[in-house]
Amino acid sequence: MRTPIAYFVMLSGILFAIGSVGVLIRKSALLIFMSVELQLNAVNLALVAFSRMNGDLRGQVLAFFSMVVAAAEVVVGLAIIVSIYRRRATVNVDDARELRW
Amino acid sequence: MPLDNVVFWVFAPVSVASAIGMLVMRNAVHAALFLIVNFFTIAVMYLLLDAPFLFAVQIIVYAGAIMVLFLFVIMLLGIDRGDDVHEPLIGQRPLAVILAVGFVLEIGLALRAGIGFATRAPDGFDVVNQGGNAQALATVLFRDYFFPFEVTSVLLIIAAVAAMVLAQRKSRAITQAEIDEHRADLDALGHTNPGAPKPGAPLEAGGPR
Repeated sequence: MRTPIAYFVMLSGILFAIGSVGVLIRKSALLIFMSVELQLNAVNLALVAFSRMNGDLRGQVLAFFSMVVAAAEVVVGLAIIVSIYRRRATVNVDDARELRW
Repeated sequence: MPLDNVVFWVFAPVSVASAIGMLVMRNAVHAALFLIVNFFTIAVMYLLLDAPFLFAVQIIVYAGAIMVLFLFVIMLLGIDRGDDVHEPLIGQRPLAVILAVGFVLEIGLALRAGIGFATRAPDGFDVVNQGGNAQALATVLFRDYFFPFEVTSVLLIIAAVAAMVLAQRKSRAITQAEIDEHRADLDALGHTNPGAPKPGAPLEAGGPR
C-alpha cells in the first residue's frame, strides 16, 4: 500500500460534495435519492480508508452495517416515492407542498 | 510508480467523472447508469484498501441489487422523460456549487492539519486479515458486534414489511354478485359454456367439471 490514505479520504470528500450538490439542485425525488446513495458510499469509503490506516477491522464492520441500513432505507424510500407517484402522478419534490404553511 | 498508485490514479478520475455525470444528466436512466459506474470504482478502491469482502458486497448489493431496484422504479413509473429545470429559488444552484467547493477545500485543510497528505498506511494489515478478510471480519462481527447484527436483521424485516404496506394497492375481494354479473354478460354475448354452473350457483372446489 503506497497510496497515501489522505488521497482516498479526499476522493471520498469530493464524492460527498457532488452528492450534496445533487440533493440541493435536483427536482426529481428519485434523483435526489440517488445523490443520497452517492453520499452514503463516499462516507463508506472514508470509513474503510481510516480502518486501513489504523490497522483495525472495526471501520470495515461499520461500513458493512451502513450498507445494510442503506439497503433498508432504499427499500422504504422507493416505496414512498412509488406511493407519492400513485397519488399525484409526479415525483417532483416542489409539488409536494401539503405540509408547507 | 507502484501498481496500486497507478490503479488509484486510473479509477479516481473515473469515479469523480461518473459522479459529475450523474449530477448533470437530465435522464434518470442515464444518471442511474453513471451511478453504477461510480459504485464499481468505489469497489476498486475497497480492493486497494485491502477490503476484498466489502469489494464483493459493494458490487453485489449496490451495483447489483440497489441499482436494479432503482431502475425498476424508474421504468415502472415511466419518469425517464427528464428532470424539471425550473428553479423557484433564486441563486440556489450557484450557491450549492459554491458550498460544495468550500466543503472540499475544508476537507483538504482538515486532512492536511490532521493526518497529512504523505501518511501511508502501515504495513502488516495481513496480520489483521489473517485467514482471509471475510473470516477476520466475521470474527469481529460475531464476537464484538453480535447484538447490533441481530438488531440489523430486525431492521431489515421492518423495512420489508413497510415496503409491502406502502406499495400495496387498495384491493378488495371479488363478490359472488360480480361473478354472476360477469357470467350473465358472457351469456348475453352468446358465449355459452355448457360446463359452467348456472348463474347463482356457488363455486365448487376444483372448478367446473
